Amino acid sequence: MTPAPLTVPKIALRNVHKSFGPKTVLNGIDLEVAKGESLVIIGGSGTGKSVMLKCILGLLTPDTGSIHVDGQETTRLRPREREKQLHKFGMLFQGAALFDSLTVWENVAFGLIQGAHMPRAQAKEIAVAKLGAVGLTPDVAELSPSELSGGMQKRVGLARAIADEPEIIFFDEPTTGLDPIMADVINELIVQCVKDLGATAVTITHDMASARKIADRIAMIYQGRIIWTGPAKDIDHSGHAHVDQFVHGRADGPIQMQIRAL
Amino acid sequence: MGFLAATGRAFLVFLEATGRLALFTGSAVSHCFRPPFYPRQILRQMIDIGYYSLPVVGLTALFTGMVLALQSYSGFSRFQAEGAIATVVVLSVTRELGPVLAGLMVAGRIGAAMAAEIGTMRVTEQIDALSTLSTNPFKYLVAPRLLAGLCMLPLLVVVADIIGVFGGFLVGVYRLDFNASSYINRTWEFLQPLDVISGLVKAAVFGFVISLMGCYHGYHSKGGAQGVGAATTNAVVSASIMLLVTNYLITGLFFSTK
Ligand SMILES: Nc1ncnc2c1ncn2[C@@H]1O[C@H](COP(=O)(O)OP(=O)(O)O)[C@@H](O)[C@H]1O
Ligand SMILES: [Mg+2]
Repeated sequence: MTPAPLTVPKIALRNVHKSFGPKTVLNGIDLEVAKGESLVIIGGSGTGKSVMLKCILGLLTPDTGSIHVDGQETTRLRPREREKQLHKFGMLFQGAALFDSLTVWENVAFGLIQGAHMPRAQAKEIAVAKLGAVGLTPDVAELSPSELSGGMQKRVGLARAIADEPEIIFFDEPTTGLDPIMADVINELIVQCVKDLGATAVTITHDMASARKIADRIAMIYQGRIIWTGPAKDIDHSGHAHVDQFVHGRADGPIQMQIRAL
Repeated sequence: MGFLAATGRAFLVFLEATGRLALFTGSAVSHCFRPPFYPRQILRQMIDIGYYSLPVVGLTALFTGMVLALQSYSGFSRFQAEGAIATVVVLSVTRELGPVLAGLMVAGRIGAAMAAEIGTMRVTEQIDALSTLSTNPFKYLVAPRLLAGLCMLPLLVVVADIIGVFGGFLVGVYRLDFNASSYINRTWEFLQPLDVISGLVKAAVFGFVISLMGCYHGYHSKGGAQGVGAATTNAVVSASIMLLVTNYLITGLFFSTK
């Protein structure tokens, strides 16, 4: 393969649609992420942010539309090619999704041992180093994930996502459910990790403090479409009523919650 | 018209479910033969299925053998056929009760555990996480369980056969006052290799079916704790029913008189 020219975006979605039964979740998503960029996607709960990430990863198949990663169409990959493609990605899941039958270090080393076939002893050393990078001491390594607090689980999930040094990292609501201080610790870690790896990052959040800290660029998703994208510094004067309402967290505005009077 | 439409719809749902199961099975089996393999996972499942099921299978077999001896004694003494007890016990246990009862006990124990574990992994996104870590969930989760079920149930049934026959022996000798060595001779006298082999073939099929149902329902569970609960119930019920049906079919294959 010839190297992709610099202008080719790392990830590009064109008119992506996805429905579950009668329910339309993604309704024509268009989005580009440049190489090395940190994009934050904001939007209300249940607007299809996680579904969009899963479509890019190939965990869900879009109904129509195309998704390119490094200029290569990914929606119709064969299983073997898909597995190769997934090597490029790391993901921190919304609920951390740690394997509860394994210890913390086995979780972090999982991709190294199973994917890269590294000997266990060597993988353990790297895992402990990665745990150190997210501020966890080596004695945590032998614990089981269920013995950790929510914030620690998120950090282990982060260490696992970056362990085999992916080119693209997805963070799905990395700070949801954490106290503000722990949330900021996680934000710092994400910024640091992305900078160290030189990776392309896509972060989903509805925490504006987190978005401001992490983002080069912000995109807002509403009713299955991207309704606004722009540099992070423009978020406060987007001139877009939906974005304004979301950023300031107001109940009244163009976005109406479906609530019936009691 | 409404009735016809409802019947048609139910039939379509049934066809769809059958097709989905067939696809799942085909995919799972093909992944059993293609590397990478996960020996640690296979070993863990073998220990779970084989070793930890020993007490419950052993107890079931022991009491089944004992009750068989008692029942056939009280039945057969009506026409002076008490001498056939040892034969009845060994044939019933090896051909039928060993594999079926061990299978049902393991379906309750292992089928439920598999569905609950894989189902929880599904709803907590651990299965998605596996994929993003370059690991195929079919190879890592499903194939080891299928292989372990297939291999371990026959071994469990060998143990069940021995313990069941021993249970019959205990009752025969200590309760019904048979002569020990003549009871043992009677046990061997009419036993043929096919009796044991057919039981072991059944066991292998049951083991496969139990693991398949546990994995299938767990893999397709959705919607949190309630979904996992439903998957667990469905796994045990469908495994038990399929076990009884395949038992009849295999018996027909081995022992049809025509
Ligand atoms: N596997 C699935 N099957 C059916 N519906 C789904 C599935 N995954 C997500 N959904 C639905 O899609 C919608 C968007 O979900 P999601 O992307 O998780 O929202 P969020 O933006 O909060 O991450 C939700 O209404 C959810 O019920
Ligand atoms: Mg989500």
